[in-house]
Amino acid sequence: MNGAIEALVGRYVHVDIDGEMHRIYFEESGAGIPLVCLHTAGADNRQWRHLLADEEFSKNFRIIAFDMPWHGKSNPPANWDGSEYQLTTARYTQTIRAFCQALRLDKPVVMGCSIGGRIVLNLAIDHAAEFRALIGLEAADFQAPWYDTTWLNRPDVHGGEVCAALVSGLIAPQSPASSRMETLWGYKQGGPGVFKGDLYFYRVDGDLRGRVEQIDTKVCPLFLLTGEYDFSCTPEDTKRTAAAISGARVTIMEQLGHFPMSENPAQFRRYIAPVLGEILTQST
Amino acid sequence: MISVTNVTDAAVIRAFAGIPALLDRTPALIVRGRFLDCECLIGPISHPFHASIRQGRIVDLTPAPVLMRSWRFSYRASPAAWAEHWKAAPRPGFHDLLALTKRGDAVLEGDLHPFIANLQYFKDVLALPRQNFVMVAP
Repeated sequence: MNGAIEALVGRYVHVDIDGEMHRIYFEESGAGIPLVCLHTAGADNRQWRHLLADEEFSKNFRIIAFDMPWHGKSNPPANWDGSEYQLTTARYTQTIRAFCQALRLDKPVVMGCSIGGRIVLNLAIDHAAEFRALIGLEAADFQAPWYDTTWLNRPDVHGGEVCAALVSGLIAPQSPASSRMETLWGYKQGGPGVFKGDLYFYRVDGDLRGRVEQIDTKVCPLFLLTGEYDFSCTPEDTKRTAAAISGARVTIMEQLGHFPMSENPAQFRRYIAPVLGEILTQST
Repeated sequence: MISVTNVTDAAVIRAFAGIPALLDRTPALIVRGRFLDCECLIGPISHPFHASIRQGRIVDLTPAPVLMRSWRFSYRASPAAWAEHWKAAPRPGFHDLLALTKRGDAVLEGDLHPFIANLQYFKDVLALPRQNFVMVAP
């Protein structure tokens, strides 16, 4: 409708991450249980805009999606000298915890997708007591690589085009064309080398095989949801991961790929609504 | 008797032969590939085609082998994989060129630069038969 203004608002919060101040952009809507959403590698918080606009969810959840440093509207920190960006497990974990602490969130739910799903597993391993529930979308302790990431950042290949073209195949064929294009547009807008730097965590530093067995879902419930068309983090990767975690809940989502919240928001809602409902029930 | 395999092979080969004409009727895709000049080998594993691409158009498509013809990269998949890839809603794992290589139903070889630098172009060109692929006995 012409002139319609969405309920979500965007603001900046200054966050001390490992002694360096960062100006972090986040958007939020609703009130209630804090629900912090983590975008995929090389993308930004716009992936979550449909969840933030959901009037039912926002009645009971304060839904928050922030841009990681180097992503979206969160600039690199002031002390960045231009050297190659590389996300590590430790840095990613620090960033999420520092953001939650800066906003003084009381036992938030964290939901992450792809690299966000992987780091959710690390939060469950090392910091479960800080969270009310953890939700990993397209999450596994490890998955086999399917391309060489050096193609993502070199002068003779257009970075935006190649990032989008690579991930285009991770979207389910049933996803609406407009949502597909919007999801890929985000990938075309990432800074040079940022997607590749995020994948350093995913491919090199963040292998959680042999560690996920430590997760205690009695301390913090863990939900894992993976799209059937995700050939990067396959349903088999997620099921194998969950098999090692007592009490982990697994859902394989039909007609969805690697970007469920942005590639087909209506289809994703069918799967995430019961999860959020269960968390709400357990919290009241 | 005509086997299912032979029917699939024939249909896939026939579909590949029709790609240049389909591309000619897709001007937006030609624009996407306008900076591309390349010799490549594409098609079914055992019956690939030499494709000559100039400014985004396939100006020649000839069944291999051609004596001493060079190519920069090759993308070949099993006929069954192409047939599934060209369905309106392919099964998971058959819906993308790199999903096929990951599952071992396709092979990508040679100098990958033109393929990667024009990845969405090649994905879209090699999906063109999806709009009218039919498997019927020749």
